[in-house]
Amino acid sequence: MTTPETHTAETTGHGDISVGVAGSGDSSASATRITPGNALRPEDIALEVRTGLVKPSEDVAEYALRLGDDALILAQRLGRWISRAPELEEDVALGNIALDQLGHARSFLTYAGGAWEKSEDDLAYFRREHEFRSAHLFEQPNGDFAVTIARQFVVSYYQFELYRRLTQSTDATLAAIAAKAVKEVDYHRDHSAQWILRLALGTKESRARMTHGLKLVWPYVGELFVDDELTTRLAGAGAAVEPSSLKADFDRLTGEVLAEAELEVPQTPVAPGGGRRGKHSEHLGYILAEMQVLAREHPGASW
Amino acid sequence: MASQNLQPVPEALSPEEQERAAQLEAEGQAYFDRVMADDSRIEPKDWMPAAYRKTLLRQISQHAHSEIIGMQPEANWISRAPSLKRKAILMAKVQDEAGHGLYLYSAAETLGQSRDKMTDDLIAGKARYSSIFNYPALTWADMGAIGWLVDGAAICNQVPLCRASYGPYGRAMVRICKEESFHQRQGFEILLELSNGTPAQKQMAQDAVNRWYAPALMMFGPPDDDSPNSKQSMAWNIKRFSNDELRSRFVGMMVEQVRVLGLTLPDSEVRFNDETRKWEHGPLDWEEFKEVLAGRGPCNAQRLERRREAHDDGAWVREAAAAYAAKQARKHAEKEYAA
Amino acid sequence: MIPNDTPTSQVPSRPLDSQARPGNPAAVGPRPGTPVVGAPQESTTSVWPLWEVFVRSSRGLSHVHAGSLHAPDAAMALRNARDLYTRRNEGVSIWVVPADAIAASDPDAKGSFFESPQGKDYRHATYYTKSEGVKHL
Repeated sequence: MTTPETHTAETTGHGDISVGVAGSGDSSASATRITPGNALRPEDIALEVRTGLVKPSEDVAEYALRLGDDALILAQRLGRWISRAPELEEDVALGNIALDQLGHARSFLTYAGGAWEKSEDDLAYFRREHEFRSAHLFEQPNGDFAVTIARQFVVSYYQFELYRRLTQSTDATLAAIAAKAVKEVDYHRDHSAQWILRLALGTKESRARMTHGLKLVWPYVGELFVDDELTTRLAGAGAAVEPSSLKADFDRLTGEVLAEAELEVPQTPVAPGGGRRGKHSEHLGYILAEMQVLAREHPGASW
Repeated sequence: MASQNLQPVPEALSPEEQERAAQLEAEGQAYFDRVMADDSRIEPKDWMPAAYRKTLLRQISQHAHSEIIGMQPEANWISRAPSLKRKAILMAKVQDEAGHGLYLYSAAETLGQSRDKMTDDLIAGKARYSSIFNYPALTWADMGAIGWLVDGAAICNQVPLCRASYGPYGRAMVRICKEESFHQRQGFEILLELSNGTPAQKQMAQDAVNRWYAPALMMFGPPDDDSPNSKQSMAWNIKRFSNDELRSRFVGMMVEQVRVLGLTLPDSEVRFNDETRKWEHGPLDWEEFKEVLAGRGPCNAQRLERRREAHDDGAWVREAAAAYAAKQARKHAEKEYAA
Repeated sequence: MIPNDTPTSQVPSRPLDSQARPGNPAAVGPRPGTPVVGAPQESTTSVWPLWEVFVRSSRGLSHVHAGSLHAPDAAMALRNARDLYTRRNEGVSIWVVPADAIAASDPDAKGSFFESPQGKDYRHATYYTKSEGVKHL
């Protein structure tokens, strides 16, 4: 995977703020200076994996697969909003969130693939439904904007608590991916909370839709916080965190937002989930059919 | 020119006021003419001839609509992109187009029309947008051809627009051109990968180039003899080069690049004319162009319907946010009053 | 700083424009030459107001006008600005201002409003030629 960089950074008019005359330093002030920035990219992880610098254990790979699949399926869902959002500004906002999630997915899957000599694309496009490890929440349909916001609300508060702790992982790569992701997810929290408030306290219609949206996604909250043998083993080794340990903070913080929005925490029955074991919602099959169709038509091809 | 610029003078004015108004207008026209002669810029609150304003508003809003409708053929492939890297690139590109539409609507708004009104006109079928987006994107290779040919043609058109005489338009175009610098390259890369891939992939690439070549050339607009608005737009420094001039340059660039791609242009008459020093191309089907422009293209109805649906489905969200803002403002005001 | 491309969408009805201004004592309703091409702004509640966005590209520099956007309130305007105008690391700080909160100088008054500083060479160091060549001056 060699990505020729298309850096378009300007090289002029910057870094000459050494002049003492008032105003001169500002001659380089600009609102269109663009740079690619500097952060951990999936390509960097791929390079480390390829050169043998890092190789996840079987357990860590399986764990990374879960996080990667969650993010991938969510990105696939969110991508549909681009060109369909309630306002152009929101097309861009949801696009940014989808791109963040896709970035996390690529990093986790690339790292996971290191255990089995598979690329991110091998894992995304050539696994079958039961081999995916996403939780049901991420597979839920977009619904209307309120359903998407409800899903985003749960996801972002969950992911924030998860990644925040994962930055302390004894697995350096997991920690590094989490360190990049946690900052982005923090913004996703803010985005969803802002919308929860506006939809809940906006109009009668929006309040009804917001309440309904939360009701639709809440049965799938429980699955996010279920421990199993893998997470217990990894948490014991300090590489991962027990999902159940995130629950208290998640409840408290989401509770605060819901209270401000004058909404109740939905009292819906909890669905059993099973995504971590390959037992998925009915939705995943359709998602994969669409996502994988072209790649599978041309096995072995490069794009 | 002056005859086109007569402004409707408000009726209720006294003769003195009318005289004063006419005098102001003459001063405004003189100032405007001087700005044009100096190749300087007109800013929103400057006096400008009504026809100049109308031309700009039409052009900028059409440009904005094109970005927004243009999202659709590509957005349709985000979910099926054949690698995660390509999925990310395509998402970022389509998202950019939303941003570009937004920048352009903002520029048009400085001329006195709300985005809401422009959107209403678009979904009511009263506004135009680049007719190329009424063609379907049938295969993944179309993502390459759209990037390479359609964005390529758009960039040829847009780079001179960075110097358009209307300030907000020029500034929007500077931002857009900077951001779009990756759009054409990613399209080229898609085609290059396909061309160097399996025979099926290569065929997919050639087929896409065949379908998008002529519509891309027609993006520059009708031939100069048949483009009544062009001359005026050039006189106003909105347009800097004629349609045919830009088209010819574009063909020249494509001839070079298609070789690197290992593909061919579906045009046996492309040649460099040594006398005129210009690139020439085979005949284009302007009847088809007019048909598509008139709404009888393969995807016109579908594109507008999708836009309408998104706008309508979003209405309750926009209302909710506006209602929330009003409530908060009221709360804030009450608190201030109490204090 | 006077942004010179604030929207004029409501020009005819704006207090700013109906006031008597320097250089335009006539002030007879809509200024000739500022025709309304579109319909006046609707007041439907679902239409979000316009905001002007200013971006600081790095510490130590001023905020520069980047463009505009629509948002229901300041909080969302900031977030939309972040999403829209800093997708490529363009900024480290953002200001948003309601477009109609910006008062702009009168473009018709170019002559009188900005005439005074013309020709006042003595405000500039280059005017003082006799000290040329003297060190540290």
